[in-house]
Amino acid sequence: MIDQIFPNVNWVRLWDATLETIYMSAVSVFFTFILGIALGLVLFLTAKGNLWQNAAVNGVTAGFVNLFRSIPFIILLVLLIPFTNALIGTMLGPSAALPALIFGAAPFYARMVEIALREVDKGVIEASRSMGATQSQIIFKVLLPESMPALISGITVTAIALISYTAMAGVIGAGGLGDFAYREGFQRYNDDVTLAATIAILIVVFIVQIIGDRLTRVLDKR
Amino acid sequence: MIRLNNLQKLFQTRDGQVTAVDNVNLTIEKGEIFGVIGYSGAGKSTLIRMLNMLERPTSGQVEIEERDMGDLSKSELRLARQGIGMIFQHFNLLWSRTVKDNIAFPLEIAGVSKKKRNERVEELIKLVGLEGRGGSYPSQLSGGQKQRVGIARALANNPDVLLCDEATSALDPKTTDSILDLLVDINEKLGLTIVLITHEMHVIRKICHRVAVMEQGQVVEEGDVLNVFSRPREEMTKEFVKQVTEPEETEQALAHLFGEEGISRVLQLTFTGSDAKKHVITDVIRNFNVNVNILQGKISTTQNGSYGSLFIGLDGETEEMDRAIAFVKEQQVEVEVIHSD
Repeated sequence: MIDQIFPNVNWVRLWDATLETIYMSAVSVFFTFILGIALGLVLFLTAKGNLWQNAAVNGVTAGFVNLFRSIPFIILLVLLIPFTNALIGTMLGPSAALPALIFGAAPFYARMVEIALREVDKGVIEASRSMGATQSQIIFKVLLPESMPALISGITVTAIALISYTAMAGVIGAGGLGDFAYREGFQRYNDDVTLAATIAILIVVFIVQIIGDRLTRVLDKR
Repeated sequence: MIRLNNLQKLFQTRDGQVTAVDNVNLTIEKGEIFGVIGYSGAGKSTLIRMLNMLERPTSGQVEIEERDMGDLSKSELRLARQGIGMIFQHFNLLWSRTVKDNIAFPLEIAGVSKKKRNERVEELIKLVGLEGRGGSYPSQLSGGQKQRVGIARALANNPDVLLCDEATSALDPKTTDSILDLLVDINEKLGLTIVLITHEMHVIRKICHRVAVMEQGQVVEEGDVLNVFSRPREEMTKEFVKQVTEPEETEQALAHLFGEEGISRVLQLTFTGSDAKKHVITDVIRNFNVNVNILQGKISTTQNGSYGSLFIGLDGETEEMDRAIAFVKEQQVEVEVIHSD
């Protein structure tokens, strides 16, 4: 039955491509989360009226974030080839796409982190200062835990954007479901392969969305 | 002891310089409950924030236990702040933590071990009457319960001073009273100095020993609560005192009685301290040939004695009434004739 609908699909290759997509997405989501939170914290804390108020640092960080957010992902992939080569030592396989994925998504996520941190009640920060909290205690015990539901729902949105970015990674030979759909489906006129790859990527997206929503709900005690 | 010397705070705004706190000098004794009352914008919020340097004074000193708070290094200030608890109008609890973890928060900041933290949290939960709610999140609590968590949290590191920033302004009258009772209780039990700011005279009346009245950044009047209540000098103070001594409609309510049969004069008697217990009215009726009509009365208790006002109507021979009024004045009860035919 399945073989009738998808006569041309090589299931082993589809599975490998799915794993490549999951690998690229998972690693890049992890680093985007870390880097995005760091950048978002800098953006938030150096803003006017906050703990590390500093117009210069804020301006430079915001400029960097805006710049990388504006470059179309497919161009970023190509632009970062020399950097990736130096960093990873190869341009082959799914790892080659990681720098571009992270540099493309982290600035985007950083803005979401900044917005999430701005939503933290100023009164709570004031209360923590009144108790004699250090800056790192304010960051790790107040700012991040209090904004965690927004940080998680933000990384969920970013993760889904990242999954669709991975589909473009085939351009530089990184593999994944997008590459699979393009080369084995589109170029060989095998529409059933394209459809199978689409379904696989949708399943990955749905799973990420469900996990993200659940986590947000569990964490949100407001 | 807390001493404020020539304390001043200026803010630069787009519309120019604003003097939020203007040359304030105050001394707050150890163990007393000191209230600062004023309308919003009077500078009281800025004033209380300068006590723990959440706001830096533009000039002047804040001395707590002989230490100039403005001179402390960052780490010294953090340590000093652990000895000054603070509670807030909107409670400012961490919604992501349970009641227990909220109360444990200042202990974590102070680096107290987990075991000791748990013991202390249990004590504090009992002290503020939140037994059985330790595992709840703030969103599951009522306003009064949230403020109890705030108080427990503020007391966690055994502070010497508790700052209350409009701590009851977001609560209903009944809950306000229960929180005020709790504050008096911990003041007595722990010998804690409490500094509170409020716009409600009721709060001052109920728990403060001394009060300062603020207007436009300045302290316009200051003294024992009972004195300020019985002999307010400034217009601003009189307005605040009226909040608790007379229902707003008193004058209108009495006005239609003026000139009615049997009420040729209306007197307002003001009693303070032990006077409130004297039987002045009985003496007037026994000794003078006048008719007395009690129109309205109210006695308020403060931390240093009671204070009351009584409105009575008098009728009789003019001379006899004059003698009766003179008699009342001799009893050191303040008399004001607010209506006379």
